[in-house]
Amino acid sequence: MDEEYDYIVLGTGLTECILSGLLSVEGKKVLHMDRNDYYGGDSASLNLTQLYRKFRGDQAAPSELGRDRDYAVDLVPKFIIASGELTKILVHTKVTDYLEFKQIAGSYVFRDGKISKVPSNEMEAVRSPLMGLFEKRRAKKFFEFLQGWKDEDPATHQGINLDRDSMKTVYEKFGLEPGTQDFIGHAMALYLDDDYITKSARPTYERIVLYTSSMARYGKSPYIYPLYGLGELPQAFARLSAVYGGTYMLDKPVDEIVTDADGKFVGVRSGPEVAKAKAVLGDPSYFGAGSGDGGKVRVVEEGKVIRAICVLKHPIPGTEDADSAQIIIPQNQVGRKNDIYIAIVSSTHNVCAKDVYIAIVSTIVETDRPEMEIAPGLQLLGQIYEKFVTVSPLYTPTSDGKADNIFITRSYDATSHFETVVEDVQDVWQRVIGSPLVLKKREDPEVQ
Amino acid sequence: MSKQLQYKLVLLGESAVGKSSLVLRFVKDQFDDYRESTIGAAFLTQTVTLDDGTAVKFEIWDTAGQERYKVSTSLSAPMYYRNANCAVVVYDITQAASLEKARNWIRELQRQADPSIVIALCGNKSDLAARRQVTQEEAQKYAEEEGLMWTETSAKTGEGVTDIFTAIAKKLPTTAPPATRGGVRAAGPAGRAGVDLNKQAANASGDSCNC
Repeated sequence: MDEEYDYIVLGTGLTECILSGLLSVEGKKVLHMDRNDYYGGDSASLNLTQLYRKFRGDQAAPSELGRDRDYAVDLVPKFIIASGELTKILVHTKVTDYLEFKQIAGSYVFRDGKISKVPSNEMEAVRSPLMGLFEKRRAKKFFEFLQGWKDEDPATHQGINLDRDSMKTVYEKFGLEPGTQDFIGHAMALYLDDDYITKSARPTYERIVLYTSSMARYGKSPYIYPLYGLGELPQAFARLSAVYGGTYMLDKPVDEIVTDADGKFVGVRSGPEVAKAKAVLGDPSYFGAGSGDGGKVRVVEEGKVIRAICVLKHPIPGTEDADSAQIIIPQNQVGRKNDIYIAIVSSTHNVCAKDVYIAIVSTIVETDRPEMEIAPGLQLLGQIYEKFVTVSPLYTPTSDGKADNIFITRSYDATSHFETVVEDVQDVWQRVIGSPLVLKKREDPEVQ
Repeated sequence: MSKQLQYKLVLLGESAVGKSSLVLRFVKDQFDDYRESTIGAAFLTQTVTLDDGTAVKFEIWDTAGQERYKVSTSLSAPMYYRNANCAVVVYDITQAASLEKARNWIRELQRQADPSIVIALCGNKSDLAARRQVTQEEAQKYAEEEGLMWTETSAKTGEGVTDIFTAIAKKLPTTAPPATRGGVRAAGPAGRAGVDLNKQAANASGDSCNC
């Protein structure tokens, strides 16, 4: 490894793998290292052996759960929103060659003690049990307003200025009840808290449009999911990088980020070897997050997320035995500041044995008893066969990296899809390259 | 009409044993002495026609150098060997250590890959027999014990290369593999209730789901 590269990338999480894939396609010489002997870092999917080793130490997985290789349990619960930016990157880079996707079967919201399907257009809104008769009419008008909006046509604006007016103003214009605002803001615009209400309506409008257009693509829910788990995504982008000449070293300890007298990046030391590059990119765990073993601490904690990976032997009550689903518990429904999310997948997505369901309950931690906070989510699951709980700090870099050529990515947040991951990729790209990320159609070197 | 079958084949083996050269010989009938390491291709394809007219198309996945610097022998990228119908595990007959590595790969495949996978052990660089460190007897005995196909090849001269792929083609099931196995992309999502992102990207209005 005593060579000189354009970029060294540390950690094979999805963010880092997209970046190394895109950099390699651009013709950059990339060295990609990971301390683990598997791909994916914090966004990996683990088989049973790996899962029990991570959470239960020496305890082996119970044999009744079935074969080890049938499992790919995600550590981070996220889905791909069908019309989102990740889908565009997947298509443009053609890593779809390595992946297969299925729909997530349903999207639900918790209201007054039970769960209901999220209506995604005016037709569904009219049928939804979430609203009374008069509220349905008002909601119908609201959805028609959103669907009809054209920036260049003031006649469609109905007196609203999306950039100047707050979402509160929009809700009030259509007279929507707080409960309706809850499912629109949380189950469709996918905000984790209520801060959006007092802000400009434009982002909320865009998020609702993303939701409804994603919903319209495949019909059942706005989400798609890769067969064999989310861990396939970093692997696919790592392969893209390798195919374009990227060098991969897994199971490689990273002992030191070497800098010069001015603090600028020089190289990465692993044992006695030092690999040099113009710049380094990597996830927070390689830059002092959590422990002191990364040398200088270059990240700061912004909060914590609790995630409970639950193994079930039955589908989720109230979902019509859906093989997969998202359930959102809006914060107002359970007296919190942040929503609780539940993501469910099953053998339909080749992530566990037949008749097993994997549900991950997660939220942003608000108290010093985080497990109590997810109780309303756990209660919806019925009997839980096995539960693995993590409380993960969310790290963000302390600087943009331009001064020292050390570019750090962010931890995986509590949102339900990968749009913020792509935002991070775009942000890091801009910082590293100095210009915005433009997706070019990949010329296929494949020989047919 | 003669039958068309498609299978996914993965290549494994230590660095510099000639995995990519072997594929290049098989697919393009070329050899380059100074090839550094794997070059950019997601996968290559080549078709073998059997005596009965059956055309067996291999979708060949090279490691793209991803396993080159691995310390451990575990298969770090399950995506790579997932749904593989066959594997060619390559060693260099002039490097005894490369056979040890090959044994590790085979153990991992037996543990983690589909149980029906056809594994061929392939001793490459038979043109360098003068510097041989691995005897034919030793390799053959091991292959027999493990129920593997075995042969020696020279990507440089072409000796044995087509033969091993043809032998694998003959050993694979002659019925079309189920849609969820092999021929990963060619089978297309139509056969398996998945969603096709490419199609959707081109067609913004969206299709109904094909479940």
